[in-house]
Amino acid sequence: MSNSELTVEKLANEEYKYGFVTDIETDKLPKGLNEDVIKLISEKKNEPGWMTDWRLKAYRHWLTMKEPHWSNVKYGPIDYQDIIYYAAPKKKPKLSSLNEADPQLVKAFEKLGIPLEEQKRLAGVAVDAVFDSVSVATTFKEKLNDLGIIFCSMSEALQKYPELVRKYLGTVVPYTDNFFASLNSAVFSDGSFAFVPKGVRCPMELSTYFRINASETGQFERTLIVAEEGAYVSYLEGCTAPIRDTNQLHAAVVELVALDNAEIKYSTVQNWYPGDKDGKGGIYNFVTKRGACRGVSSKISWTQVETGSAITWKYPSCILQGDNSVGEFYSVAMTNNMQQADTGTKMIHIGKNTRSTIISKGISAGRSNNSYRGQVRITSKAENARNYSQCDSLLIGDKCGAHTFPYLETNNPTAQVEHEATTSKIGADQIFYLNQRGISTEDAVRLIVNGYCKEVFRQLPMEFAVEATRLLSMSLEGSVG
Amino acid sequence: MADTSQIKGWYLSLFKDFENHLDGEKSSSFHKVRKEAIGRFAEIDFPNTHQEDWRFTDISPILRHTFSRADKKAATIPTKDQISGFQFNGMKSRLLVFVNGSYSPELSLQPPLPKGAVIGSLTDALKNPHDIVSGHISNNASAGENAFTALNLAFAADGAFVHIPDGVEIEEPLHLLFISTGPGEFISQPRNIIIAGKNSRVRIVEHYVSLDGGTYFTNAVTEIHAGENSSVNAVKIQSESLNSYHIAMTEVSLDSNANYTSHGLSFGASIYRHDLNVALNGEGSDATLEGLYLLSGNQLSDTHSMIDHASPHCSSQEHYKGILDGKSHGVFNGKIMVRKGAQQTNSYQENRNIILSNEAKVDTKPQLEIFADDVKCSHGATVGQLNRESLFYLRSRGISEDQAKLILIYAFASDVLKDIKEEEIRTQLEKMLSERFLAAAR
Repeated sequence: MSNSELTVEKLANEEYKYGFVTDIETDKLPKGLNEDVIKLISEKKNEPGWMTDWRLKAYRHWLTMKEPHWSNVKYGPIDYQDIIYYAAPKKKPKLSSLNEADPQLVKAFEKLGIPLEEQKRLAGVAVDAVFDSVSVATTFKEKLNDLGIIFCSMSEALQKYPELVRKYLGTVVPYTDNFFASLNSAVFSDGSFAFVPKGVRCPMELSTYFRINASETGQFERTLIVAEEGAYVSYLEGCTAPIRDTNQLHAAVVELVALDNAEIKYSTVQNWYPGDKDGKGGIYNFVTKRGACRGVSSKISWTQVETGSAITWKYPSCILQGDNSVGEFYSVAMTNNMQQADTGTKMIHIGKNTRSTIISKGISAGRSNNSYRGQVRITSKAENARNYSQCDSLLIGDKCGAHTFPYLETNNPTAQVEHEATTSKIGADQIFYLNQRGISTEDAVRLIVNGYCKEVFRQLPMEFAVEATRLLSMSLEGSVG
Repeated sequence: MADTSQIKGWYLSLFKDFENHLDGEKSSSFHKVRKEAIGRFAEIDFPNTHQEDWRFTDISPILRHTFSRADKKAATIPTKDQISGFQFNGMKSRLLVFVNGSYSPELSLQPPLPKGAVIGSLTDALKNPHDIVSGHISNNASAGENAFTALNLAFAADGAFVHIPDGVEIEEPLHLLFISTGPGEFISQPRNIIIAGKNSRVRIVEHYVSLDGGTYFTNAVTEIHAGENSSVNAVKIQSESLNSYHIAMTEVSLDSNANYTSHGLSFGASIYRHDLNVALNGEGSDATLEGLYLLSGNQLSDTHSMIDHASPHCSSQEHYKGILDGKSHGVFNGKIMVRKGAQQTNSYQENRNIILSNEAKVDTKPQLEIFADDVKCSHGATVGQLNRESLFYLRSRGISEDQAKLILIYAFASDVLKDIKEEEIRTQLEKMLSERFLAAAR
C-alpha cells in the first residue's frame, strides 16, 4: 500500500474509534471469562438449557487446552481475560448523508466500485426508505420462506428451530476440536444459520448482506449451513469494503453439512483491518472452517479471497465421507506490509471415488509472510480417491516470504494424489512485454496478478469477482517499486 | 510417549564402557567434543512421533533393544570372497572396508595416493592430529537437536576420513564398504568426514551391507565439505539386513561453484531414516539429489532432505522415487529453504510414489520456504498407481497384465539410476531391479 493509502487507513481507523467513544454502551459484561459469564451470555440470549450446557462443556474443555503455536505466524500473547465476551449490539452514530462520512472511506468505496446505496449502508448513513436494506432483505426473506429455506441469525435459529440447530451444531467441528474452536463454542455471540430442505435449489446467493445486523461482525461468530438431500446453496461471507473492528482476536467457526447429492458453495472475501505499515494493530483472524460431505455425491466448494487481517490463520476443510463426494478449495491470499497468513485446506478422503481439487494462489509483498499449509489424507477405505493440488506463490519485493507446507498421506494404493507448487516473481520479460505496449509497470503488475488469480476469481459469484479484482489492485498499490 | 529414560541410561553406561577402553586417547582434545556430545545426549529426548520431523516415523522399536558396542575381536571376519561379492563387477575403485564400524586395513584395497591426499580411517586421522581433522570436527560437529546425531558424536571413533587437497582429482571412486556381521545385537556408529579442496574432484560410494541378516543398529553420520569449484559425487546404497535399523545423517556444505551430486538408494533395513542436509553456502553452487526407495514387508523408509539456499545464483534439483509393496511405509520430507538475499535461485524438487499393495502407505511432505523474490522454485509430489494407459498400451501388444506392470515398475525405478556416473554400479543396480521385476515378469 502506498503512503497515501496508508494514511487513508490510519485516518479512517482513528475516526472510527472516536465514533465509538462518543457512544455510550450500556449493555455490556465486564471483561474476563468464567462459567458465570458463559451462563450470562446464554441467559441474555434466552437459549435452551442444552445450549448452555454445551457452552459450559466447551469452556471446561477449553481450560484444559493450550494455545497452539505450530503455525508459521508470530504474535504476542493474547490475554483471554482482557476480552469483553458479551456486548449488546453497539449503536453507531447515524450520519444524514455520505458527505458527512470520512471522505477517505468514501474514496475507497468508489475505488472498489461499491454501489452508492451500499456505500451509504457501510458508512453508517441512514438510508431512505426506498433503498432501505431492511426492506430489501424482507422481500428476499419472503421468497426464501416460500421455498422452505431457513436463513437467519444463529440467535434467531436457536429460538425458532432449536431442534434443527441441535441436530447439526458441533457435528462437524466438535467443541473439543481445537483451542480457538472450543473458545468459540463456549462464548459465540451470533452468526448465521442456513438450512436448505430436500430438493430445493436456493435461487439466490445467500449472503450476510441481507441480514440486518450483518455489518456488525461479531468477534466469535458461529455459522452453520445445512443442505439436505439434493439441495444447493451458495453462501457469501464478508465483503470487499474495508471493515474495521476494535476487537483484535476473531475466532469464528463455520460448519457445513451436505447430505446426499447436495452442494454447498461457500465464498469468502475478507478485508479486515491489516494493521499499519509496521504491523501495529490489525485483526487476528483465527477461524475454523470445515465442511462434511456426509451424503453420496455431495459437494462442498470453498472459495476465499483473503487480503485483510494482520494474521490470517485458517484452513477451510472438507471431510469427504460420502461415496463419490467432491471437495474443492480455491484461494487467493494476498499479504502486504507486515501481514502474515498461514492458510490452506484439509481434504480427508473417507468415501470411495472421492475427489478433491486444491488451487491456492499466494501473493506476498512488502515484509509479509504468506504460507500455504494443506493436508490431503487418503484413508485406507477410500478406494479410487483422486486429488489434485496446485499451490503457486508470487513474490513482490525481496523482503517478503512465501512458504509451502503440503502434507500428503496416502493409505490406499488406488489413490491418485498429485501436488504441484511453484514460487517465483513476476518475470521481467512479462513486464517488458506489457511496457512495450504502452502499459505502465504498475498496471502491468496488476494485469499479471489478476491473470494469476483468474482461476480462483472465476469461482466467485459475478459481482464479487469484479470487486475482488479491484480489491486486489488496491492492496497491490505501492508495492511495485 | 513411552519412557525412554531407561534406554538412555543404557547408552550412557555404554559410553562409560567406551571411555574405559579408550586408554590414552581419553585425554585428547577430541575426547572433550565427545564428552560434550554425551552431555547433550543426556539432555535431549529421543525423537517421538509428536515432533513434526518425526511425525510419521516411529522409532520406538529401536529403543526396545539394548544394543551393545560392536566388539572388534568377536566379530566374524568376512572372507575375501565375501568382500568381493559386495564389490561392483569390474569397477576399479579404492576399497575401504569397515567391519561393524571399524576400519579393516587387511580387507581394504588402496592404490598409491596423489601427494597430499588422505584417504583412510578416522581412527588413524585422530591419532596423527591433522590440523584439518581437528579443525573440521570442532567447527562442524555439533550434537544438535537430534539424539542420534549426538550419540554418534559421543561414540565417534572410526569411519572414513578423506581429504583431497586443492586441485587434485581422485580418478577411482572410493568404495566405503560397511559390513555388519554377528554375533549378538550391537550398534555401530561410523562417522565419515570428506573434505574436498578447491578445484578437486572425488567420487564416493557409501555402501552398507550385512553378512548374516542379524539384528543390529547402524547410526551413521557423514560430513561432506566441498570447496570452491570442487565436484563431489556421492552414492549411498543402503542394503542392510531386513532385521536391522539404520539411522543416518548426511551434512553437506558447498562453497562457491562447487557441485554435489548424490544418489540415495534404499533397499534394506527394517527402519531407515536418512537426514540429508545440503547447504549451498557459496555463490553459484549446485546440488543434485536423486533417490529411490524400494520397500516391502514391514519396512519403513524415511528420507528427510533439507536444501538450504544460503547464497545467490545457486541451483538444486531433487528427484526421489518410491515403490512400496507389502505393509511398507514410505516417508519423504523435502524442504527447500531460500534465504534472504539468495537471489537467482533455481530449485526443483519432485517425489513420486507407486503403491503396489493395499496395506502400504506413503506420507510425503515437500516444503518450500522462500525469503527472496528473484527465484524459481517448484515442487511436485505424486502418489498413485501405474498409469492405466501405459498398462493398456502394453497389454494391447500381447503382454500379460502382470508382466506389463513389472515392466512399468522397472521403468519407473530405473529412471533414478540412469544418472549414476559409475557404470558398474548402475549396471549392477539395474540388474538387481530387473531380477526383481523383469525376471518375475517372464
